Amino acid sequence: MNDWKMLTLVGADQPGIVGQVTNALYRAGWNLGEASMIRLGGNFTIMMMVTGEGVVEPVLQPVVDALGLHMHVDNIAGSLHQHVVPNIQVRVAGADRAGIVAQVTAVLAEQGFNILELESDVAGSSERPVYIMHIQGYADLPLESLEAALDNLGDIDVRVSPIETLIG
Amino acid sequence: MAVLEILKIPDDRLKQVSEPVEQFDDELRAFIDDLEQTRRDGPAAVGIAAPQVGRFQRVVIVDVSNTRKPVPNHGYMILVNPEITHWDGFEMGREGCLSVPDYTGNVIRATQIKIRAQDPWGQPLEYEMEGYEARAVQHELDHLDGMLFIDRVVSRRTDLFQRKVYQKGGKPKK
Repeated sequence: MNDWKMLTLVGADQPGIVGQVTNALYRAGWNLGEASMIRLGGNFTIMMMVTGEGVVEPVLQPVVDALGLHMHVDNIAGSLHQHVVPNIQVRVAGADRAGIVAQVTAVLAEQGFNILELESDVAGSSERPVYIMHIQGYADLPLESLEAALDNLGDIDVRVSPIETLIG
Repeated sequence: MAVLEILKIPDDRLKQVSEPVEQFDDELRAFIDDLEQTRRDGPAAVGIAAPQVGRFQRVVIVDVSNTRKPVPNHGYMILVNPEITHWDGFEMGREGCLSVPDYTGNVIRATQIKIRAQDPWGQPLEYEMEGYEARAVQHELDHLDGMLFIDRVVSRRTDLFQRKVYQKGGKPKK
């Protein structure tokens, strides 16, 4: 029961994807865990932990075919209640150019910063695209050393700030 | 003094609206001592509200004087019958709750508030506060109205739209 699979589904966005996918799983006795679903570039993407008896692909195949989705399933070693609360956020914004993510994340990796979530988007217009990225993660080192390390990236505007999660 | 049991979701009592305090007596003050002991007992909570321990009266405790990075604060505050009389600005921040174990999420709160309340003896109090402390007070006051932060969680994407009107953190680039 606690053997989780990571289910990945991607396809052209249309209303009803989540409803049809999750209903097919529910009717076949599958349970859902943590999930991330978002529309990226006109596609709808689903990454979702699922658990159940047997093989999941046949359960979803009719829906996948009907909706024109790509399906990928991995057995994973993960489990629920493994959350790491982020303590640092990194915001990046600037005129879009190649290498922004590579440069910023290379510095973060060098500093031992563990990325927990990354969201990025291209704003602006086709003529003047602006790259905006928001990273939340965990690092033991002081904010200042991360800031100093990110300070040498030239034209990329990087802002580092602490996340003080309020428990009340 | 005693550590009280914290109500946790999906307990419907957390949705109950609490009543104003009318009797400022020793029993109330003893309860507030227990509430504070309960706040200090678990994970580092910066606030607690009476309904979180099943007492549906308008009493909260907030103390943000002990954060990793110091923030403007008024120290240990007991707020009885608190009311927000003014609010300004908004920002996103991450919140969790003693009543919602193992979950944190982003919530938009006012950045500056003025509040009126009473102390445990019924004397009037007034505070102006900002930032993290203002957030903590808003989180606790929500409990008095049967609201949890999970009722207010927003997607982090929302933040992107707010950058234009509100920006903080980091240091200015040369």
